[in-house]
Amino acid sequence: MEKITSHTGIGVPLRQSNVDTDQIIPAVYLKRITRTGFEDALFAGWRKDSSFILNQEPFSKGSVLVAGPDFGTGSSREHAVWALKDYGFKAVLSSRFADIFRGNSGKQGLVAAEVAQSDIELIWKEIENHPGTEVTVDLEARTVTCGSIIAPFAIDDYTRWRLMEGLDDIGLTLQHEEEVTAFEAQRPAFKPTTLPARYS
Amino acid sequence: MAAHQAAQTLAEKVWNAHVVRKGEGAGAARQPDLIYIDLHLVHEVTSPQAFEGLRLAGRPLRRPDLTIATEDHNTPTLDIDKPIADLTSRTQIETLRKNCAEFGVRLHSLGDKEQGIVHVVGPQLGLTQPGMTVVCGDSHTSTHGAFGALAFGIGTSEVEHVMATQSLSLKPFKTMSINVEGTLKPGVTAKDIILAVIAKIGTGGGQGYVLEYRGSAIRALSMDARMTICNMSIEAGARAGMIAPDVTTYEYLKGRPHAPQGADWDSAVAEWDTLATDEGANFDAEVFLDADTLEPFVTWGTNPGQGVSLSETVPAPEDFEDENARAACERALEYMDLKAGTPMKEIRVDTVFLGSCTNSRMEDLRAAAAIIEGREKDPEIRMIVVPGSARVRLEAEAEGLDKIFKDFGAEWRFAGCSMCLGMNPDQLAEGERCASTSNRNFEGRQGKGGRTHLVSPLVAAATAIRGTLSSPSDLDAPAASTKAA
Repeated sequence: MEKITSHTGIGVPLRQSNVDTDQIIPAVYLKRITRTGFEDALFAGWRKDSSFILNQEPFSKGSVLVAGPDFGTGSSREHAVWALKDYGFKAVLSSRFADIFRGNSGKQGLVAAEVAQSDIELIWKEIENHPGTEVTVDLEARTVTCGSIIAPFAIDDYTRWRLMEGLDDIGLTLQHEEEVTAFEAQRPAFKPTTLPARYS
Repeated sequence: MAAHQAAQTLAEKVWNAHVVRKGEGAGAARQPDLIYIDLHLVHEVTSPQAFEGLRLAGRPLRRPDLTIATEDHNTPTLDIDKPIADLTSRTQIETLRKNCAEFGVRLHSLGDKEQGIVHVVGPQLGLTQPGMTVVCGDSHTSTHGAFGALAFGIGTSEVEHVMATQSLSLKPFKTMSINVEGTLKPGVTAKDIILAVIAKIGTGGGQGYVLEYRGSAIRALSMDARMTICNMSIEAGARAGMIAPDVTTYEYLKGRPHAPQGADWDSAVAEWDTLATDEGANFDAEVFLDADTLEPFVTWGTNPGQGVSLSETVPAPEDFEDENARAACERALEYMDLKAGTPMKEIRVDTVFLGSCTNSRMEDLRAAAAIIEGREKDPEIRMIVVPGSARVRLEAEAEGLDKIFKDFGAEWRFAGCSMCLGMNPDQLAEGERCASTSNRNFEGRQGKGGRTHLVSPLVAAATAIRGTLSSPSDLDAPAASTKAA
């Protein structure tokens, strides 16, 4: 995973709450078996509407999405994060994220920065009144900067550390493989296994 | 505190029994715990990139014997003996078959007697048991919490992590108690309870929490009904929902293919009996719901929290104080093509979908069949009935339920996720309105431009008869002459 300490890019206002993962990437695009190439799928339904924000310049070149509360609700599809990343987004700001989406973001190097709704409103105004305004998301300082606005954001320490170090989760866990093996040796005998298969 | 263990909730007990390695630090700086995973369910959509990741890193799948796969999301529910027409769907299914063969994973393919929706298959095989940790690359994994398991959906990176390590790095969840006391009125079901819970706490209300459903109304529910409730925990933002195991749980499990047998059964029950939340244990949040006054509940909008009692009217944006909720209402009314103030019972639908991991089990099919038997379908309505698994389908046919549905004019399909999500041939057309027993009414969820009202199987059945959103209490008595023996 690429290390990320700070990112600056054009802010895109998405004035909507409850942006669910079916909107971020409709199910029809989930049939692929690759991990990249989902940029065309991002907000596919909404992008058919010429007035949608990503169809307007300079927002089409944005890399910081500024969204309403409860972003990423619904399905566990990590494809939502892949689509945002493939399109070019490096960070999403929202006052509330769905848990699974937040977790998936951290694994894929997309910064899910939790910003107070009052600050989101200020940033929305700024980037709408001055399209093309850049937003800086600084993981080191845990702040979002946009014009004269400097707002703090929340992100859990462990995710922040992993993002800044660009660490692979599986590699980290495998450092403790012996402990997993020791745990397995103590599991109760009645716990089920899928193999050998039993049938009714 | 010092001499004896503090009182714990069900979720905490299951969590603590699975800690491989405790995270260091405290407060916000606390590192995640490494949690052991007892069962990993796999399907074709969220697994290909995870298998590919293992291959690229040269890592084995650690415990094929704790892993099981089925085909469900992409599979057609008609002509299942023919090659899948959609090429990308077919490729994804074929990829799963290749991956399972390569990594030694048990797979129930289309046409197999144990194939079906992953969340129906696990419990019916007896693989989902109390006190387990269960994960799947699917948010509705919360379903398995009905057994007192800690079960939650994960993303593809985590799927790969579990494949490689049989564990996950996780921060402890907070706990929320959902107390539902009282007795449900006739015609009111588990689906109505959970839709009312979501409307009450909102689609984000459960974020960061494991919900534990408690109280006399929950205890009275069957396992099928408990699964319906836990299934939709994610719709309230919670990754997991749980119900403490009891006699109902044990009766469901006993004798299932993978349930413990002989002396193992007794050890298992002794262990399971210790799982219930201790007297005096603290929850981080508590919610109360009165079962006595609950009515059939339906959604009017485009998220599962936008619901009302069936006897109410479509709300107006002005009804909401919060600015975002008001804007969301306005947008939803436009998408759903509804006018504020319209009685919910006057909303006419085109299609009725009975199925999905929320409501496709025997009890759901029986309940709907009992309503439609001897009654006539509204001639304009298309009704699709999709059993959750091939085994449910067989069982329903053995009881003659298929005949009741077919005589009524409904389509009796093969098992799969079907019309719950726009991923297989079963989709709504642009503008088509559906009363659906599924779990999500998001824009385009059931097909681009489709409009979804989430309902219980009973409301689905009554709606198919009247053509407008209805409950069984709105129906006339069935014609005596056509009533089957």
